[in-house]
Amino acid sequence: MAKTVTYRRPNPDTQPPYLHPTYVSSIKRGPSKSLIYLPHTLSEVTGPSFTEAAIDVKACDLTRQHSGEPLGERIIVSGRVLDAEGRPLRHSLIEVWQANAAGRYLHKRDQHDAPLDPNFTGCGHTLTDAEGRYRFVTIRPGAYPWGNHHNAWRPAHIHFSLFGAAFASRLVTQMYFPGDPLLPFDPIFNCTADESARKRLISLFDWETTIPSQALGFKFDIVLAGREATPMET
Amino acid sequence: MSRQATTSQTVGPFFSIGMGTAIHDNLVSAGTSGERVTIEGHVLDGDGEPVPDAIIEIWQANSYGKYAHPEDQQDKPVEPGFSGYGRIPTDDQGKFRFTTIKPGQVPDLDGKLQAPHIVVSVFARGLLRRLVTRIYFPDEPANAADFVLNLVEASRRETLIAKKIAGVSGKLEWKVILQGPNETVFFDCGL
Repeated sequence: MAKTVTYRRPNPDTQPPYLHPTYVSSIKRGPSKSLIYLPHTLSEVTGPSFTEAAIDVKACDLTRQHSGEPLGERIIVSGRVLDAEGRPLRHSLIEVWQANAAGRYLHKRDQHDAPLDPNFTGCGHTLTDAEGRYRFVTIRPGAYPWGNHHNAWRPAHIHFSLFGAAFASRLVTQMYFPGDPLLPFDPIFNCTADESARKRLISLFDWETTIPSQALGFKFDIVLAGREATPMET
Repeated sequence: MSRQATTSQTVGPFFSIGMGTAIHDNLVSAGTSGERVTIEGHVLDGDGEPVPDAIIEIWQANSYGKYAHPEDQQDKPVEPGFSGYGRIPTDDQGKFRFTTIKPGQVPDLDGKLQAPHIVVSVFARGLLRRLVTRIYFPDEPANAADFVLNLVEASRRETLIAKKIAGVSGKLEWKVILQGPNETVFFDCGL
């Protein structure tokens, strides 16, 4: 019989609750009943994989998707995708999306009165390399207002979608920028009890990846769920 | 030292910019074996209102009960061209629809076969982390002994089982009710 090595469960304080009333959209959308604990079976320890064939190699540079260059501050966002033991997640799909430099998304439901940029879509993807590394070239997104409460503004952020090796490791998160004055007031950033978990959502300014005369570098490492040490006999 | 996984954050209302390029709502190609089925339904909030900014992802075995993944070491055929993965956003009416095949049975932790099922992630504005659920099939004798269905109290089990549509073959209805008395059963899968 094959053995199923299940995925480790997170410390609850490091992951958000479904009902988080200061984030108003959660009030009618988060489940009210308790979740049912699901042991990880073959269905959960397997998951989709994406090969080079599914990847547009140009999609990791969000500044080169149109005839001209987008407005805004060019940045390099890079880092590693690791599991809980620090092992790299190799050849794993990462998708990103973001607002433009003015804080406007290219989306029919974004009503913010800020200009669209004909040279910026705000969408990218890539595969991690053999060491779990990834790298995007983009522009620094702007902050933008939203209707959550009076004078609500989202801090600048980039959305990240990751798959890892299994259904159990699927993660969607957001990367923030160091020193953003809006962070203490954002109910989405502040959705977890654990302060160190929140801080890990903030990228680090990085000289190593900063390119002289070209772009500032920001580092953002992402950790996906790791495996339990002991296999379950099946 | 073991690290904690990065904190989940909502996909927000504008995820179609980044997740929209990989929409995959038809898993079936000419050579795919198995019983074809279209599954459709709505995502509804706690007021019964449709959720137009949700996206569901599915993962399933092929008709033989084999996942297209290296950790599935069962001696069953893999089908080139059948990935088992789908991604389907809701439309302006909160409706989703996808076409696939009914998966074969895969083992549970005791090596007994689970009933045919599709695992599902639900993402939406308002969900700070994904919801995890499953779709099972109607008139399926294996449902009675399925260990996951038996983790669920009998009165709520039906939220996991797609329904036949009277007079229509090859099509099933399955709803996602995010909150309320008829709430869909959601699982704690870790993340």
